[in-house]
Amino acid sequence: MSEVKFSKEHEWITLEGDVATIGITKHATEMLGDIVFAELPEKGSNVEKDGTAGVVESTKAASDVYTPVSGEVVDTNQSIVDDPAKINEDPEGTSWFFKLKIKDTSELDTLMNKEEYDKFAKETSS
Amino acid sequence: MEIKKTSLNKLHQSNNAKFVEFAGYEMPIQYSKGIIEEHKFTRSNSGIFDVSHMGQLFIYGDESLTEELEKIFPLDLKNLKQNCSKYSFLMNEDAGIYDDLIITKIEEGYLIILNAACKDKDFEVLSNLLGSKFKMNLDNNRSLIAIQGPKSVEILNSIINGVDQLNFMTGNWFDSDNQKLFVTRSGYTGEDGFEISISNDKAEKFVENLIEKGAQLIGLGARDTLRLEAGLCLYGHELDINKTPVEANLRWAISKSRLSNGGFIGSKKIMNQMQDGASQIRVGIKPEGRLIAREKTKIFNVSDKQIGEITSGTFGPSVNGPIAMGYVDKEFSKVDTKILLEVRGKKHPANVCALPFYKKNYVKGVN
Repeated sequence: MSEVKFSKEHEWITLEGDVATIGITKHATEMLGDIVFAELPEKGSNVEKDGTAGVVESTKAASDVYTPVSGEVVDTNQSIVDDPAKINEDPEGTSWFFKLKIKDTSELDTLMNKEEYDKFAKETSS
Repeated sequence: MEIKKTSLNKLHQSNNAKFVEFAGYEMPIQYSKGIIEEHKFTRSNSGIFDVSHMGQLFIYGDESLTEELEKIFPLDLKNLKQNCSKYSFLMNEDAGIYDDLIITKIEEGYLIILNAACKDKDFEVLSNLLGSKFKMNLDNNRSLIAIQGPKSVEILNSIINGVDQLNFMTGNWFDSDNQKLFVTRSGYTGEDGFEISISNDKAEKFVENLIEKGAQLIGLGARDTLRLEAGLCLYGHELDINKTPVEANLRWAISKSRLSNGGFIGSKKIMNQMQDGASQIRVGIKPEGRLIAREKTKIFNVSDKQIGEITSGTFGPSVNGPIAMGYVDKEFSKVDTKILLEVRGKKHPANVCALPFYKKNYVKGVN
């Protein structure tokens, strides 16, 4: 599996072959608070880099989930729809959101590595 | 304008509060455990809420004050016993609501608890109505602490002996730590609990004492989910200057004896609406599934005609599902009416339901 990359919209992405797994970061869940609702893109649909590809709602507010790369949705994680609290428990592991068959691996080049993201998250949240 | 802070601000900070601005005050929205944990702790144990941003208006006077206030509030104040509280509203001539409030008859006159965002305007409106005949004090030297939940009575009674003898919606002065506290058995969570009016310099120590006895600080986030589960209105959401108490389905709060003769501000409109019904009315709404419909969500009937709007919507931790309140056209206000909620461009099924979503545990008949 490839190195984990991060977007400015607080998504993480890993790549295995041409299939990317995408979720939201721990930092994002900490900012959102208790997540009580998740909506995922439909399997088989196509999503565009930086476009919306889902929604999460906390007790406080609704937030869009964006996709950091373009592709076709090949799988979604129904377990977080059934029990959204799981997203707070393990956001960067078992609580991934969706998998994409990606078109253009060069879209990953613009994303941040862990060190860059941690710095970005710290700067933007203070 | 500089943001205002309550006397508990430092204590909130040291308890890792996340702050938001609310009605010009820096207030804790939640602490480190989060809204759901805080909500559940209040329902099962005892939560402490800093509500010091709310207005504590003392109006001093005797029977003549009671007479003047009856011209303003739709309450039978002449027959209200000393130390008893009533939920009411300050209205304009069209029965539009300036504020919803709790008024308590005290030995010296009346104590009125006002919403933070409305208190200055309320003071102005009441000053104009009452003139200079009565001394009025919107007391900034006192904090207001609520303690809510089933363990609250035991915890508070261990600090202020005798509060367990108060019935719901009554209050009294108590002596504690060489000062006078005004304690009412009331709150806004659907739980048994108390509100304590205490001088600012003693508030922090008092709350630390409550924490030591097992209560925990709870933020405004959980306060909102708690009151919504209890079916209680929040000013600026369910209530505003364009809504009347009848439309808000709060006719229970209007004293029956005042309806025959009126004589309070807004009485004409109220009496008309009581007879003819209001065109829109506040209802409880339960979305099907897990979808949350927030404030301003449009409500449709099953034939796609817009019939209203959501005023508050969230996830109810004790209900374990989404809940909402809103206004719908009268003919759609019956319990179990199927409605549709438009969220992110799609219409989702929901049902009009009875309030509250969560059953209350108020204490009556202690003595």
